[in-house]
Amino acid sequence: MLFDFNINLLIGQMVLGLVNGVFYAILSLGLAIIFGLLGVINFAHGVFFMLGAFVAYMLGETLGIGYWGALVLAPLIIGALGLLVEVALIRHLYKLDHLYGLLLTLGLALFAEGFIRIVFGPQGLPYSIPPSLRGAVNLGFMVMPLYRVWVVAAGVVLCLVTWAVIERTPLGAKLRAATDNPKLVQAFGINVPVMLTLTYGAGVALAAFGGVMAAPIMSVDPAMGTNIVIVVFAVVVIGGMGSILGSIVTGLGLGLLEGLTKAVFPEASSTVIFVAMVVVLILRPRGLFGKMA
Amino acid sequence: MNGADIERHIKGARRVADQGKFAILGFTPARTILFLVFAAVVVLSPMVLYPIFLMKIYCFIIFACAYNLLLGYTGLMSFGHAAFFGMGAYLCGHAATQWGLPFELAVLAGTLFAGALGAVFGWIAIRRQGLYFAMITLALAQMVYFIALKAPFTGGEDGIQSVPRGTLLGIVDLGNDTALYWMMSVIVLGVLVLYNRIVHSPFGQVLRAIGNNAERAKSLGYDVDRFKLVSFTLSAALSGFAASLKTVIFGIATLTDVSVTATTEVVLITLVGGIGTIFGPVAGAYLVLALEHFLAPYGPWVLLIQGVVFVAFVLVFRQGLVGGLQRLWKEHL
Repeated sequence: MLFDFNINLLIGQMVLGLVNGVFYAILSLGLAIIFGLLGVINFAHGVFFMLGAFVAYMLGETLGIGYWGALVLAPLIIGALGLLVEVALIRHLYKLDHLYGLLLTLGLALFAEGFIRIVFGPQGLPYSIPPSLRGAVNLGFMVMPLYRVWVVAAGVVLCLVTWAVIERTPLGAKLRAATDNPKLVQAFGINVPVMLTLTYGAGVALAAFGGVMAAPIMSVDPAMGTNIVIVVFAVVVIGGMGSILGSIVTGLGLGLLEGLTKAVFPEASSTVIFVAMVVVLILRPRGLFGKMA
Repeated sequence: MNGADIERHIKGARRVADQGKFAILGFTPARTILFLVFAAVVVLSPMVLYPIFLMKIYCFIIFACAYNLLLGYTGLMSFGHAAFFGMGAYLCGHAATQWGLPFELAVLAGTLFAGALGAVFGWIAIRRQGLYFAMITLALAQMVYFIALKAPFTGGEDGIQSVPRGTLLGIVDLGNDTALYWMMSVIVLGVLVLYNRIVHSPFGQVLRAIGNNAERAKSLGYDVDRFKLVSFTLSAALSGFAASLKTVIFGIATLTDVSVTATTEVVLITLVGGIGTIFGPVAGAYLVLALEHFLAPYGPWVLLIQGVVFVAFVLVFRQGLVGGLQRLWKEHL
């Protein structure tokens, strides 16, 4: 009974899991970059993901801008909102305990979720797959919906580009230096406060990009952000925030694990990532890729 | 940005020590005055306010005392208290309806179960510090939420309903709102005395030392992790106690009790009242629950306003209501 599944179902669920894994990777990446530089755990990260999806929906409804336009515009709009949030609110907390950053972003998350609920109601909204990505693609071993293949491919490319920017460009080098020792980098004449603002904006824009990609396959509803951000916290604990590549691998891997569980033992699929977190904490408390003890 | 740094600064308001002040059972004259004011309010308020609403406030005062003991004094930021609150409520409800346990034992069952869960979660989460601790406890609580959603004994979306109130010691019928109210009054005042006593006991001193500087406490020879675990377990048990009483008062235990909302609420109460204060939970619970009560008809506006309150207090009034009072009075309140 337990092993009553066919191989296609298994692979299908694993690809589905990989789709979720892409979102975990994108979000944990942004979370890790923001934490590294700003020292703030951005509880509102999931809400920015949700807002990305809602902005895509609004662009379609009011201006008739489709998926591809939204994929460019929504991250820009949400990124700009992020810049504003950093300058107006988060900036004032850097000298304080990290706890207050968490409390502030929690407040922001509640505010944004309440706002979206007031405007759009609690129900999920439909967002359709763009015509160019409809249909299925034959991967040789199985036939997959084209949109999911696109999400996995685009998500992985996005993650790798982010990794390359941080690890392989002069800008990324400055970013890493500022993460390590902000005062010293400031002394070299680099404007660290502006860097912090831009980093928050970029991290949040990344989340919004994920939100637009998620819009056609997850229901666009006000709770989607908070639900996913808690899972992403677990992902971050499992991976440890020390390495960019680690965040990507952990996110994808846990998505796969979740998909696998859904095929084999569906009852446990919503808890498996948390169980994995407990196991990792017991065996290797600093996380799979974590540096600090 | 290491754990020690985070914990050193975790106290919200500037802490005011009361060294050399006259105190009985941890009550200085200033705290005695505030306590008497609160006791008077408890006695007089049912004349003007609905007792059920007041009792809900008292449950959240107890819950916030549990939370503040951990955050305000031990310096541990938990985001998982919904798990203890929710499971305490479920177990109390289950014990009263399915096992037919009397009131006292059902509440005890809820309390002990929450405490046991706290011991397990604490054991897992104390491996990491600071913000990781917050994320781990949040994730563990979400796991508990998903289990509660699926497990048969919680009643899923319906929750556990029509939990009987029973009788106190087999004598006083708690079905009577007035009797229940006076019992709750005694309990909430008792918990406040106990909470104040714990904070100002030698044990509480160690917790405060850990909250101030965990590394230094360790260098003085204290087993920091064990004290953290004990304080976490104690906090979880007290949260379960609050939830059990809530279950008895309202006769239900639902998914709301175990969802993130419960955590958000207790964090907000603690922040508004004053992190690391004795009377903060009291002031915070009155304010936050009154806000929710009056905004309830407007649905999602509650969420939005809660968000605004969070942001406003973090940015401009971090010490909270009682923390502000503390600054004027120059005493730990």
